[in-house]
Amino acid sequence: MAEQDWKANKRVFAAVSLPTLLWTLLFFVIPMAIVWFYSFGENKGLTEIEFSGTLDNYKRATEFLYLSIFGKSFAVAALVTLICLIIGFPVAMAITFASEKWRPWLLLGIMLPFWTNLLIRTYALMMLLGTQGFANKGLEALWGGASWFRTLVGLQPLPTWEPVQLLFNNFAVVFGLVYVHLPFMVLPLYAALDRLDRSLIEASLDLGAGHFRTIMRIVVPLAAPGIVAGVMITLIPALGAYLTPDLMGGTDSQMIANVIERQFKKANDWPFGAALSFILIYAMFILIALQAMRRKGPEVR
Amino acid sequence: MTEPAKPIIQIQNVTKRFGRVAAVDNVSLDILAGEFFVLLGPSGCGKTTLLRMIAGFELPTEGTILIDGQDMAGIPPNKRPVNMVFQSYAVFPHMSVADNVAYGLKIAGVKGGEVKARVAEALDLVKLGGFEDRMPDQMSGGQRQRVALARSLIMRPKVLLLDEPLSALDAKLRAQMQFELAELQDQVGITFVTVTHDQDEALSMASRIAVINKGEVAQLAGPSDLYEYPANRFVADFVGSVNIFEGKLTLDEPDRAAVDCPGLGKVYLNHGVTGPHGADVWVALRPEKIYLHVPGEGKAVRAAAQDAPDGHNFARGCIKGMSYLGDITLYDILLESGARLRVSRPNLSRHDQEDFTWDDKVSMHWRADSPVVLLG
Repeated sequence: MAEQDWKANKRVFAAVSLPTLLWTLLFFVIPMAIVWFYSFGENKGLTEIEFSGTLDNYKRATEFLYLSIFGKSFAVAALVTLICLIIGFPVAMAITFASEKWRPWLLLGIMLPFWTNLLIRTYALMMLLGTQGFANKGLEALWGGASWFRTLVGLQPLPTWEPVQLLFNNFAVVFGLVYVHLPFMVLPLYAALDRLDRSLIEASLDLGAGHFRTIMRIVVPLAAPGIVAGVMITLIPALGAYLTPDLMGGTDSQMIANVIERQFKKANDWPFGAALSFILIYAMFILIALQAMRRKGPEVR
Repeated sequence: MTEPAKPIIQIQNVTKRFGRVAAVDNVSLDILAGEFFVLLGPSGCGKTTLLRMIAGFELPTEGTILIDGQDMAGIPPNKRPVNMVFQSYAVFPHMSVADNVAYGLKIAGVKGGEVKARVAEALDLVKLGGFEDRMPDQMSGGQRQRVALARSLIMRPKVLLLDEPLSALDAKLRAQMQFELAELQDQVGITFVTVTHDQDEALSMASRIAVINKGEVAQLAGPSDLYEYPANRFVADFVGSVNIFEGKLTLDEPDRAAVDCPGLGKVYLNHGVTGPHGADVWVALRPEKIYLHVPGEGKAVRAAAQDAPDGHNFARGCIKGMSYLGDITLYDILLESGARLRVSRPNLSRHDQEDFTWDDKVSMHWRADSPVVLLG
């Protein structure tokens, strides 16, 4: 009853939601609208933009160069999401089935990176992966050890250690994005798995299925809503990733967000940057719409 | 059954500890092939743990479980010749009824045609023929339970384990399912082992019942023996309703015994109890085995004197409470000794001549074969 009263009273509803609505309007809807108008404008001089209603910016965005960067961004984001899913699913299962005592600590471990600034985390990763980084130092030590062992048994020593290029390439971008986005995948998966009735798993075992078949036939289908949520929540920010490819990528690993940034800054072509931004936003809308449509299907309790 | 039944499950000195708590404490019992066995006990007594150890979901800390003569140590649940019906039924929500029931057979690699025939057969058995394409969320709790039953029975297990199978059903359906389960068991001839906390359920379905208390077997007996000859106070109190009075054993011969209870008075039994003379014992008396009389006419005294010496098996009191349950009425009687006595009385006619009501003085008697003397 109380809840219905609250819903029925429009003034209470307005008072509660007004600050948020105003905030969203002022700092999201209006700026986005301005950018949207820019995307139909033309550059006239250094700071002047004319709203001419032209579609040239969008035409230019469909040139092969930009389409290929869009395509690459999708491919990288999809790969990152897939790796996150493959790593994240067992992690989420492990947390779900961990003892009561351990579960909060494991969840804390997953969430801990959120409490550190992304920039700092990225620089930390770069220290790890650089040619003088811990990964290379560790490999070098192993290499030296192997070489020493070979001389010990009377074989030729290995050639001098050449550091592996782990940074400033596509590998570094994918690695960095997986590192950043893994918690986004694990948490919705955990939420879905935690809701799963344990006796369903036991029933499957009881009926003769092994653990692998139980996971594939019972756990994965029933965790599907969590998987979809995890995929969306990972894919969308990965698609618009800017910092990681900027800092960790090489010359050939720029993603669409880096191109957009360049339009607004170095190239000083705001209308074109705006058009690229909106193409990315439309793509995300389509993804979210697809997910929403899927959800309308028969609900699995 | 004329041939002597062989044990299908042998539980030998099984203990299960969770931390320092022994959920199951040195239990040994044999479950016979083809019987409907019930593990009965209050919640937390260890009965479900025992069932889950048979299924293989818990491992005994000590002791051995044999199924059909084979030691189950190290054998995982999916390799055991038993199947379980879970308390929540655990029907797979993303599969149709037919897919649920076929699940185990498909895992076992049975061919499509045979799967179809056996699914139809199993669904007929639980009276769900024609429900093949339904999804679980389109079914009632009772129907989902039948799906769970069919899904287990189709595997033709040596033993079917049922964890509180009727607890989620409403009273009418539960009563009906008690009969159906017993009938089904008779039909398929598979050994059923059921866990329940509901004594009515246990008494109505079981061929034998093990009453479990604090991880130990308090008594193992058939339903009527359990009710009429409880071995100790826990069983007497847990199975059915009972009045228990403390007393001293004053007479104990092969064909008669007497107990002096400060609360109830002198109790006479027409059989021996083989307890130590003068020992502290308890007398259990079921409410339905006590006869109520209008006082002052000597009816109670005369009736008691028919099979007991004067002054035995007889009491006076005053009705302090009653609850009318339709078929019977329960009376809460304050005895002259100050103790309370519960008496039940069938409502044999619609308008009883001797209607007892609040604050009525009454006298009572019981037959000499009614009280049970408990030593522990």
